[in-house]
Amino acid sequence: MTSTEQIQERLEQEYEAGFVTDVEQEFAPPGLSEDIIRFISDKKNEPEWLLDYRLKSYRQWLKMETPEWAKVKFPEIDYQASSYYAAPKEGPKSLDEVDPEILETFEKLGIPLHERAALAGVAVDAVFDSVSVATTFKGKLGEMGVIFCSFSEAVVEHPELIKKYLGSVVPSTDNFFAALNAAVFTDGSFVYIPKGVRCPMELSTYFRINAANTGQFERTLIIADEGSHVSYLEGCTAPMRDENQLHAAVVELVAHKDAEIKYSTVQNWYPGNKDGLGGIFNFVTKRGICEGANSKISWTQVETGSAITWKYPSCILKGDNSVGEFFSVAISNNYQQADTGTKMIHLGKNTRSTIISKGITAGHGQQTYRGQVRIGKNASGSRNYTQCDSLLLGDSCGAHTIPYIEVKNRSSTVEHEATTSKIGEDQLFYCRQRGLSEEDAVNLIVNGFCKQVLKQLPMEFAVEAQKLLEVSLEGAVG
Amino acid sequence: MLSIRNLHASADGKSILKGINLEIAAGEIHAIMGPNGSGKSTLSHVLAGRDGYEITEGEVIFDGESLLEKKPEARAQAGVFLAFQYPVELPGVNNVYFLKAALNAIRKSRGEDPLDAMDFMKLAREKAKLVEMDGDLLKRSVNTGFSGGEKKRNEIFQMAVLEPKLCILDETDSGLDIDALATVSKGVNALRDPGRSMLIITHYQRLLDYIVPDVVHVLVDGKIAKTGTKELAKELEANGYAEFQGKSAS
Repeated sequence: MTSTEQIQERLEQEYEAGFVTDVEQEFAPPGLSEDIIRFISDKKNEPEWLLDYRLKSYRQWLKMETPEWAKVKFPEIDYQASSYYAAPKEGPKSLDEVDPEILETFEKLGIPLHERAALAGVAVDAVFDSVSVATTFKGKLGEMGVIFCSFSEAVVEHPELIKKYLGSVVPSTDNFFAALNAAVFTDGSFVYIPKGVRCPMELSTYFRINAANTGQFERTLIIADEGSHVSYLEGCTAPMRDENQLHAAVVELVAHKDAEIKYSTVQNWYPGNKDGLGGIFNFVTKRGICEGANSKISWTQVETGSAITWKYPSCILKGDNSVGEFFSVAISNNYQQADTGTKMIHLGKNTRSTIISKGITAGHGQQTYRGQVRIGKNASGSRNYTQCDSLLLGDSCGAHTIPYIEVKNRSSTVEHEATTSKIGEDQLFYCRQRGLSEEDAVNLIVNGFCKQVLKQLPMEFAVEAQKLLEVSLEGAVG
Repeated sequence: MLSIRNLHASADGKSILKGINLEIAAGEIHAIMGPNGSGKSTLSHVLAGRDGYEITEGEVIFDGESLLEKKPEARAQAGVFLAFQYPVELPGVNNVYFLKAALNAIRKSRGEDPLDAMDFMKLAREKAKLVEMDGDLLKRSVNTGFSGGEKKRNEIFQMAVLEPKLCILDETDSGLDIDALATVSKGVNALRDPGRSMLIITHYQRLLDYIVPDVVHVLVDGKIAKTGTKELAKELEANGYAEFQGKSAS
């Protein structure tokens, strides 16, 4: 094998999740219209009120425009070109009936769905294109009153909860992509933790886009009732394709009095090739409300994939003494663009928020941290601490920090620290002088840079995230 | 062990090393002294393989192999260690983790099995005693927030763990108070070994009271102007470099 071939092979190996599963699928015809929305709603046997919600959102969406304030560039998206529903033909009734091809897909991605093989202590909901194909450990969780199921199932089984909370944190008019999602969302996960229950295992959803010319529009809703506690993690991958695919999700979290929700994301959508061809457009609205006193919501995200990331997981700190946290590592290599950050809206008294954002840019990557901290008039004695650090590799990338800070009372404190550094020649030489290869040296330095955030991840996923960082930066130096 | 032959090097088109010849046998300690800008640090960087220097003439043979074509990590793996004048901070990178990764990279290059965490910690604790390193420093990020003395101590600690064949100490005494100097020197002396050579670069004779060299060279304007015994260092301390500078200018 010549060295050119070896290099080529290495480049092709970079995105390990880039394979396609050959399974018979059912599609909605391409295009977006009220008929398509009726088709989706019908497929899911939805009640009338939900169809109305969708149609209302769609009509609002038609009047909205693509937001242009983010520092990302992309061609205009033709919303009539892709299909809004793709599902494996044989709808499974139980885990044993799931198409073996699909089980194998998740196995290849490191997510075995058979409970005997499943990751100990982690319950998984697997979403394949537009539908959830399996949810593990439902029985065991059910004994404690924990509801963990696909969104579609929740609509049928727990309509009262869905009706009460759907759109309560992210209204369908919130923004262009949230409105689109409200109209065409297909599946996602639903979690309800009853009063006083500490969820005994990590809950996790794994999103997989498989079909070509489709988008994924999932909806996740997590409710932690008084005094409960849950840790939830989502992962995502997609095949390598030359055309861009749209992923516009909405996640809503509700934490009641004394409840705590920890939400972690390891985002590894296909980022496009080294010339910027293909990749997922990741336009996501994630927001949590600390409804009750002393509640806490913590977002941790490791964003390594997607051609474009537009995402601001936020906290509304309504309850007194409630706490919001945002820990983020984002990587933009080759031609990836990310405009990401958070919003911390302090409404209750003595509310606290912490923002730690670590951005790494390499190749021709462009990255923006955009964060809003708003402390309201009645949120006396509130505090925010923000730290955002950017690390640049090479000369062709860019990092930008855009904080918006607004404080409306005199007893609150806001701290903002920002640094931008280039990965130092000095640091690299120091590591290499001790015997480490250049690539190992970069990985070591990057991991050190991200440590504050990585240590927030559940143990099972911290290792995966670390590996992902290494793969994402392959070829970024030298 | 190390043979430098007619070495010329320049940086940014400016000639800095102008024909250095130096032979260091196994087990010998050589000191290089010289005024500011004479090329002392450049010599250490060129030997370790830092970017930014152009070798215009000459060669360096280390352990029977040409050194200058090798990447920095390959030189380290072959047994060249540079104790930095300004040790670099690596925020978030645990000191012990870093050193374990380095040692195992070196072991791998020699076809040896990696040390596991338990064995490595045993080794690290043993070596930390040599330089009276606090257990706390082992757990902190590499050099991050270390005092000047702690950084230099950490360099010698790393040297003790990696057990190189050639130790280059670049102004290890700079920034050290007299107590720290004694501790660091004690550590270096404990590493003296018939199979290990050292090249000590310093401004001042002071360090050589603690680490007694076999040979002392005076480097002036990119060339070795005089070679002698440790007495030469004392003469320099008394008379300065003026004599040599005049000579090289004429």
